[in-house]
Amino acid sequence: MTAVLKHELKSCFHTLTAYVFGAGLLLAVGLGAMLYNIQAAVSNFEYALSYFSIILAVIVPILTMRVIAEERRQRTDQLLYSLPISAAQVIVGKYLALLTVYLIPMCVVAVYPLIFARFGDVYLPTSYGSMLAFFLMGAALIALGVFISSLTDNQGFAAGVGIAVILLNYFSVSLSEYVSRTAFGSAAALCVLVLILGAVIWHLTRSELLACGVCLVCMAGIAAVSFADSALLEGLLPGVMTRLSLFDRFNGFVNGVFDLTSIVFYVSVIVFFLFLSVQSLEKRRYN
Amino acid sequence: MIELSHLTKRYGNHTAVSDLSLTVDSGQIYGFLGPNGAGKSTTMNIMTGCLSATEGAVRIDGCDIFREPDRAKRLIGYLPEQPPLYLNETPEEYLRFVGEAKGLRGAELERQVEEVLQQTGTREVARRRIFALSKGYKQRLGIAQALLGNPRVIILDEPTVGLDPIQIIEIRDLIRELGRTHTVIFSSHILSEVQTICDRIIMIAHGKLVAFDTPENLEKHLLAPNEVTLTTDAGPDEVRALLRDVEHVTSMAVEETETGLVTACLGTDLPDVFDLSRAVFETFAGSGKVLLGLTVKKANLEDIFLELAEGDDTLSAPSGSEAESPKREGDGL
Repeated sequence: MTAVLKHELKSCFHTLTAYVFGAGLLLAVGLGAMLYNIQAAVSNFEYALSYFSIILAVIVPILTMRVIAEERRQRTDQLLYSLPISAAQVIVGKYLALLTVYLIPMCVVAVYPLIFARFGDVYLPTSYGSMLAFFLMGAALIALGVFISSLTDNQGFAAGVGIAVILLNYFSVSLSEYVSRTAFGSAAALCVLVLILGAVIWHLTRSELLACGVCLVCMAGIAAVSFADSALLEGLLPGVMTRLSLFDRFNGFVNGVFDLTSIVFYVSVIVFFLFLSVQSLEKRRYN
Repeated sequence: MIELSHLTKRYGNHTAVSDLSLTVDSGQIYGFLGPNGAGKSTTMNIMTGCLSATEGAVRIDGCDIFREPDRAKRLIGYLPEQPPLYLNETPEEYLRFVGEAKGLRGAELERQVEEVLQQTGTREVARRRIFALSKGYKQRLGIAQALLGNPRVIILDEPTVGLDPIQIIEIRDLIRELGRTHTVIFSSHILSEVQTICDRIIMIAHGKLVAFDTPENLEKHLLAPNEVTLTTDAGPDEVRALLRDVEHVTSMAVEETETGLVTACLGTDLPDVFDLSRAVFETFAGSGKVLLGLTVKKANLEDIFLELAEGDDTLSAPSGSEAESPKREGDGL
C-alpha cells in the first residue's frame, strides 16, 4: 500500500492535477475570505469555506478522473493485478495519496483563521469545526470520484460524470422542493433508483440474474409498502434528496452545529465508495 | 513448480480455456505455442493471478494463486503482452515502484534495481522518460520489472512481438540467459523462435492442450517420416512401372518438372522409412536407370503445429502431472 501511495503521490505531481486542484481550492477559499472576512469585515471564517464550496464540483473530478481510468488506458492495471498487493491496498493507497494532495492546500487554509484572529474576534472552534467538515466532505467526494474513475478507461468521461453527480448533490436540496411529495411520485422515483442500482450491479458483476433479482425484490418491497401504508412514502423522495446532500450537512457546521451524525455520514460515504471501487477493480479479474 | 489443474475459463458462452492440466518443472524454458485466440494470454493471465478461472486450480510451488495470491505472486514475474509501463516516469522510478510493491526496501531495492537494469541492458536509458524509449527498450524494461524480487518463474507473453530482427535476437538471447537461473515460460506464435529457445513446448489450440513435449520428441513422435521423394531423368511411365513392383508402397505421385526431370513421392506403411528408400534404390540400380535424388521427408514444427491445431478435436490432452508426452487417439503415440 505504501508503494502505491508514494507512486500515486508522485504521479499527481508529475502531472498538473495536484497543482490545478491546490490552486483551485486556494483561489476559491481565498476569494471567499477576501469578500467576507476582509471586504465585508465578517469575523466568521466558515462563511468563506461555504461561499465557494461548489468549486469542489470542478476540482475533485479533475483530481480523481485519471486515478484508475488512466491505469486501464495504459494497461498498467495488469501490472497491479500481477503484483503481490490486493485490490483493497491499491484503492486505499491511491485514495490516501489523493487525500494528501487535498490536505496540502487545506494546511494553508488552516492558517487563515489564525491570521484573522490577530485583527478581530474570530470564533475558532466553529472555523476549525467547519474546516474539518469541509475536509471530510471533500474526502467523501474524492471517494466518489475514485469510484467513477474505476468504471471507465476514459478520463474525460470520468470527469464529466463526476462533475454532473457532484452538481446534482450540490443542488439536491433546492431540487427537492420541486419534486413530487406524493406517495406515487416517491414510489416512481424509488423504482427509477432501483433500476439505476440494478444497472450498477449488472455493470459490476455482468450477472443479469443478480441485477434483475435485486431489482425485482426492491420493487416488490416498494409495491408492498405502497399497498400496506402509502403514507410512509409521502414526502420520502424530497426527504432522501435532502439527507443524501453532502453540502447540506456541511451547512450545519457553518451554522455552528458540530453534528457527529454528519461526520459518521461522511465516513460512511467514504467507506461505501471505496468498497465499490475495490469491487469494480476486482470485477476486471472476472471479466 | 507450476501445476495447472483442470483449468477452465468461460466468457459467457465462449470457452477460452477448456480443462487445461499440465505441470511445469523448474529450471527449464517452456514455449507456449498456439495460434491467435488459442487461449495463451488467458492462460498466462490466470497463472499470474490477473484473471480468475471459472473452474480449476493453479499452484505455484504448492501455493494456490487464488487462495494465497500474495505468496504465489512473489514467486512469479510477469510481462503481459503489452508492457505495463508508466510512460511519464523514468525506468529507475518505475522499477523502484515495482520493487517496493514486491516488498523490497532500502539497499536491497537499490541493489536489485541496479542488477536488473544491467541484466536487461537498460542502464544507459535509466534516466530517460519511458515514452521516449524505443519499443525494444520498453520490452526490456517490461522484462526488468518481471525480474525484480528474484522470482523463481518468469512468464513472458509474446515478448518479441513488434520488434525489429535485431531486437528479436537480443530478447531471445536475454530469455536464454534467464533460462539458466529461472524457470521461463514464454508464449509466441513464431514456431522457429520456440524451436530454437525452448527445452519443452506447450501447444494449445481452441483453449485445449494439444501437445506438451520437447521439440525433438514432437518431431520424432508426432510426424514420423513416412514419405520418400525421388528425382530421376527416366520418363514418368517408366518410373511408374518400376515403382509398381516395390513392396509396401501405399501411395505414389509422379510429376514431370519444368526441367524435364521426374519426381515421385512415395508413401509407405513400413515402420522404418529407410527400408523403402533402400528398396527404391535397389530397384533403380537393377534397372539401370539413374537416380538423381532420394530424400526422406522430415517433419518440422510447423507441420506438427498445423496438424495439431487443425485436428485438436481428435486429440486427448494429457492431464495433471502425467502430462509429459502428448497422446493422439488412434496413433498409439
